[in-house]
Formats: sequence, structure tokens, C-alpha cells
Amino acid sequence: MIPPKFDYFAPITLHEALTLLHQYGSEAKLLSGGQSLIPLMKLRLATPAYLIDINRIPGLDQLQERNGFLSIGALTREADLERSELVRAKYSIVYDTARVIGDPLVRNLATVGGNLAHADPANDHPATMLALGAEVVATGLAGERAIPVAEFFTDFFTTALRPEEILTAIRIPVPAAGSGGAYVKLERKVGDFAIVGVAAHVTIDPTGICTRAGIGLTNVGPTPLKVHAAEALLQGKRLDQDSITQAAQLAAEEARPEADLRGSSEYKRDMVRVLTARALTRALQRASGQVA
Amino acid sequence: MATHRIRVTVNGIAREAEVEPRLLFVHFLRDVLRLTGTHIGCDTTHCGACTVLLDGKPIKSCTLFAVQTDGRDVLTVEGLEQNGQLHPIQEGFWQEHGLQCGFCTPGMLMTGYALLQHNAAPTEEEIRWAISGNLCRCTGYVNIIKAVQYAAEKIRQGETS
Repeated sequence: MIPPKFDYFAPITLHEALTLLHQYGSEAKLLSGGQSLIPLMKLRLATPAYLIDINRIPGLDQLQERNGFLSIGALTREADLERSELVRAKYSIVYDTARVIGDPLVRNLATVGGNLAHADPANDHPATMLALGAEVVATGLAGERAIPVAEFFTDFFTTALRPEEILTAIRIPVPAAGSGGAYVKLERKVGDFAIVGVAAHVTIDPTGICTRAGIGLTNVGPTPLKVHAAEALLQGKRLDQDSITQAAQLAAEEARPEADLRGSSEYKRDMVRVLTARALTRALQRASGQVA
Repeated sequence: MATHRIRVTVNGIAREAEVEPRLLFVHFLRDVLRLTGTHIGCDTTHCGACTVLLDGKPIKSCTLFAVQTDGRDVLTVEGLEQNGQLHPIQEGFWQEHGLQCGFCTPGMLMTGYALLQHNAAPTEEEIRWAISGNLCRCTGYVNIIKAVQYAAEKIRQGETS
């Protein structure tokens, strides 16, 4: 399959890329890992007249903790997250997520920024970033602004990014003591999109009371979903089998799955319930130091 | 639509060509450089028959534009054999019957080679994990795993002898 013709730019500074984006606006597409965009172009579902390849811009692939955040540069490859000691030790939910995206070959090119900016409700990072309360950094010619991930996914394949902005980084608040999270994905085979995916991140105080809960859902609605009702239910409660069961039920009610070849909507809704309970249970085990 | 001049090192040889931006890297390898060892399987980023190493990392060359490889280093299946000697990973596929129809083989070889570069003694589980993005339509996975294990053993022996 051959994509339609396009003009190609490979800027080597962010300013140059932003200038091109400003010039061509919605006629242009940014190319990062290309693992979603290139297949879409080959199928001619995406037909940009201009492709702005941001891979040659230095400094967009930094992964580091600073100022109370884990900052993940937009060009950080999934394979780099998977291999990072810091991520594995302190952000196991991000490790869980990175290692089930695509397959190992895809992950050598696929980027975190692309996974979010593409805004496919079937992508895995959005749910995790919702659970973590992350924010994305949108950079334009006028400067940077931070957008909470909870306000980022506005519609089907649509984000709060303006046409002339580039998603340059993702910031995850450094978790408080007593925090843990997990991402659980049900998939038919490696490389497939999730039938259902659930991200859960919790913080518990020394007495076992949940002081913060974040829950995000993959591929059960037109956008990634943040389950406010279940989060509110858990806040201030003891995390135990009862409260986890109730939260899982609320998550299932919040989901808006559509039937497709991966299953009926009833099946998917029930899988949200099952997987939410599993994700919360694992998050609790990690928060209390029972498992890595 | 402007074309672009690219310079890319393929199997140790500097190559230069004028390419249309939409030319996929796998087509560049097969049609421009006439390196037809790299196969096109599904053309949809699923099967891994087109796997090559880009700066040492295995990637699917059907999901990369040739113009993106300007200045980079690529290894294809043609680059495994050295001075008439099969690489241990190739020898392993031969010894362990790691191929049936052979279509997935170039991709399996490249992924197996890349795995052994950073893991000299992979477990069966690690091999399965590494090749999970390479599909064998003959379902000959058991012998493919044995072939990678053979190569790992052979390379380790070579290092200690």
C-alpha cells in the first residue's frame, strides 16, 4: 500500500517545527514514531499534504524526575519506558502500560507523545495518564501551556491541542508515599488493541485509608474515560474487597462500550468490572509494598 | 512534491539515493537497492517479515519512510553472513529446522539476532517475548525458539573457546 504524495520536512529545532506547523496548520501532520500515522496514510485514512518529522529535534526524548514530576519527553520510545529502571521501580503502572503496546518491534519506534496526541480511544497510555493525574505540555510559538490529561481528550480522535501546537512532554506527579498502580489489558493477541483496558492508581495512608484514587478506561467509549464516580467512592474509604467490588461496579456502569469483532457491549462492560477489580487489587498490593 | 537525497549505511555500505518522501523503507531496500531478502508480508505493521535493524534496533521497515533513514545505520538479513560464513543465528535455523515456507524467516533472523546482541542467554520465555511481533504462518514457533537457543549456545561457545 502506497500513501498519497506529500511534502516532507525534517526540522532540527522546535522553533523550526512550530513555524512549519503555523504555516501549514491542519494541512500538516507531525510524524513521531509513525506506528499509527503511517498505517493510516497507507490506508489513505489520513492524507496530510505536509509531513513534519520531529524525530530529529534534540531533547524531546528526555525521561527524568524534576520539580515534583516525572517528565517524559514526547519522543520517548515505548521501549525506553520498558527498559527504564526508574519507571520500573517507581512508576510500575507506566511499565505495565508500555509493555503491552503494539509488539516489541513497534515499541522500538512508537512514542509516548504520539500515543497520547493520536487520541485513539483504543490506545493504552491515555487511561494510565488519567489514573495518574498527569498533564501534557503543549508548545506553540507563543510558549508552553500545561493541559491536565483529564481535559485533553475532547472527542473521538480529538484533543485540546491547537493546530499550531506540539505536544512536547508529559508530566506525571511524583507519587506520594503509599502509592501504587497497575494497568491491566485484555487483548486477543500481542499487537492487538485492547478489548478492554483498565488503569488504577491509588494512594493509601498508614491506616489503610485511600486518600487518592485514579481510574482510567481504554477502548470502551469515544474517548479514554476517567471514572469519576468510582474515584469519589474510594476516596476516604478503606481499600478492601468490598470497596473494590463497588468501585468496579461503578466503572462498569460508566463504560460506554460498543459491540465489535472483539465482543458484545455486555461482555466488554462486564470485563470492565472484572479488570477494574484486578487493577485496583494489584494497585493496593503495590501501594502497600506486597508486590513489585 | 520535492524528492530528497538520502545517505544511509546498509550492511556497512554507504548508499545514496534520491527518494520520494512517500517511499517506504522496505520498498527502498527491495526495489532501489535490490536487497530482496527483506520480505513484505502483511504490509500493515502486524507480521514482522520486513524486520530490519535501524541503529541496532529491530523495527518494521514497512512502517518507516526511506527519507527518515537519512544518516542512519541499517542491517538487513543480507548483512548477517560474513566472508561466506553463516552467522550462528542462520546456522541455528538450518540445524533446528527453524523454517518451513521461509517467508517469515528474514524477520525472525533479524529479531533473533537483535535479542542475542543484548541477551547472550535468553530463556525460552524471553525468546517468545522477543519474537511476539513476528508471525510465522506455518506456526513453526517451537523450532524457531530452538534455533535461537542454538545460536545463543554457539555464540557463547565461540566466546569461551
